[in-house]
Amino acid sequence: MILHKIFVINYRNIAQADLQFCPGINCFVGDNGAGKTNFLDAIYYLSFCKSFINVIDSQNVRHHSDFFVIQGQYLNGDSVDEIYCGLRQNQKKQFKRNKKEYPKLSDHIGLIPLVMISPADEMLIMEGSEWRRRFLDSVISQYDKGYLDTLIRYSRVLAQRNQILKDADGNPPADMLDVYDGQLAMWGAMIYEKRKAFINELLPVFNHHFSNISGGAEVIDIHYRSHLSGEDFELQLFASRQRDAQSGYTHRGIHRDDLEFTLGGHPLKKEGSQGQKKTFAIALRLAQFDFLTRHQGVKPLLLLDDIFDKLDSLRSKRLLELVGEDHFSQIFVSHTNRDHLEAILSGIGKEVLFFDVANGEIKLDNQNHHAS
Amino acid sequence: MSSQTFPSKLLENAVNEFSRLPGIGKKTALRLVLYLLRQDKGVAVQFSDAIRQMREEIKYCKVCHNISDTDVCSICSTPSRDGRLVCVVESVKDVMAIENTQQYHGVYHVLGGVISPMDGIGPNDLSIGSLEARVKDGTVAEVIFALPTTMEGDTTNFYLYRKLEPYQVKITTIARGVAIGDELEYIDEVTLGRSLVNRQLFSTTL
Ligand SMILES: [Zn+2]
Repeated sequence: MILHKIFVINYRNIAQADLQFCPGINCFVGDNGAGKTNFLDAIYYLSFCKSFINVIDSQNVRHHSDFFVIQGQYLNGDSVDEIYCGLRQNQKKQFKRNKKEYPKLSDHIGLIPLVMISPADEMLIMEGSEWRRRFLDSVISQYDKGYLDTLIRYSRVLAQRNQILKDADGNPPADMLDVYDGQLAMWGAMIYEKRKAFINELLPVFNHHFSNISGGAEVIDIHYRSHLSGEDFELQLFASRQRDAQSGYTHRGIHRDDLEFTLGGHPLKKEGSQGQKKTFAIALRLAQFDFLTRHQGVKPLLLLDDIFDKLDSLRSKRLLELVGEDHFSQIFVSHTNRDHLEAILSGIGKEVLFFDVANGEIKLDNQNHHAS
Repeated sequence: MSSQTFPSKLLENAVNEFSRLPGIGKKTALRLVLYLLRQDKGVAVQFSDAIRQMREEIKYCKVCHNISDTDVCSICSTPSRDGRLVCVVESVKDVMAIENTQQYHGVYHVLGGVISPMDGIGPNDLSIGSLEARVKDGTVAEVIFALPTTMEGDTTNFYLYRKLEPYQVKITTIARGVAIGDELEYIDEVTLGRSLVNRQLFSTTL
């Protein structure tokens, strides 16, 4: 799948852009704050119906305007897909495929698979468990249509259950809890099974990428931690009722799931070096890429946000080897220095297109020449 | 618009009343009021009488809570309707929708909403007690759940099921699945999966 053209109005600091891309490597070059990451974000938006920079849509509209539009044309073999996203302040966001509006946004997720590698990926290792759940959800929902709907239902039941815990002043009605616990157990089990299956399938691919990039022999592992791996979930909810009633919060469930990353049996967060953490994060994204390729039968778009600055030359080299081996399809790269990036990409045997970004404006670099 | 000066206090009052209605702004309200003013006096009187009479005289059926002119609604009091078959719906609008199909000859029970603590609606705010009483009576053979397929609809189904189960009444739910005219490739997996699990004999579809 290829993003052939994109058309952007009033998105973040981008006033207007109308671009055509190459099927190889497309590079956005500019200073920090120029807007190059905003272009990657616009591409990301068309896949996930939301920004990776700021999930509050009203704040993604350019200053002094009251709407934004992002429109992309995708080619997949002979078929063409036009994806339109429009947001007007204080109105419902519109998402259309070939001029037909989606009844719900979750119907669109997964149509245009995309993987992004960015410096923020280290949050997956360093930050709280919600980052790792978000990782699970964003990958699984790209290939499993029912997953997001199930998750939305689970979250809604959870919110309703928490509401009666709060309303009841320490004494919530048991007949209502019976109903909500039953619903949580039903949806929770479906989500648990899907997350477990995903990690089991991801693990060998992840290990392969990690040892390939690190070149070392460290033993790494990912453990999926969930209350649902223990005794019957509904019984756990039942046992936790008194505690839940006191705090107005549901303590057990898949909303508390976590992934535990280890290196040589020790927690990566504490024991790993900076380099090991970076390698871990990249290997995780590459495994995600392979996983989606296998499940979707099409290679996702790959966004590389400012990563060649942050990676040492060995890791960059391994990543670029994968690029050279046709492991990926279309790639979008952001970088601050054109000469540096050109040197990195030289001799890779792919079509490369450079775009200059400054003050939210973007234009095709007039010194483009095809590396192939 | 709020600072607009009206030439008449009476006109302003009428506009304010109309603009209380959902979806009616001040501009539309003014247009409607001026229209009524242009008509014969009788039109406006008939209009206001209809509203007053509707509000003052309308009743809710004692049995099923449907809107009615009489204590017991026209559906509940029609002898040819099968009183042993009770279809549970969220609102009066659903009764009208099912009646329009002309496929159903049982009676109804209007809950008046679905359970949603986040919206401040608990079981006690709905006509669940009277449904239980109807079933307890022993005259009901089957209860059909026809509530929305939302999570709150599910919650209400489960809640009612637990309440009614002890009376050993047959409890069914309307079929959920592929809509007529749907193309399979565009149907979400949950719906399609459910349609396969709940497949039916082809001969019954003829
Ligand atoms: Zn009635």
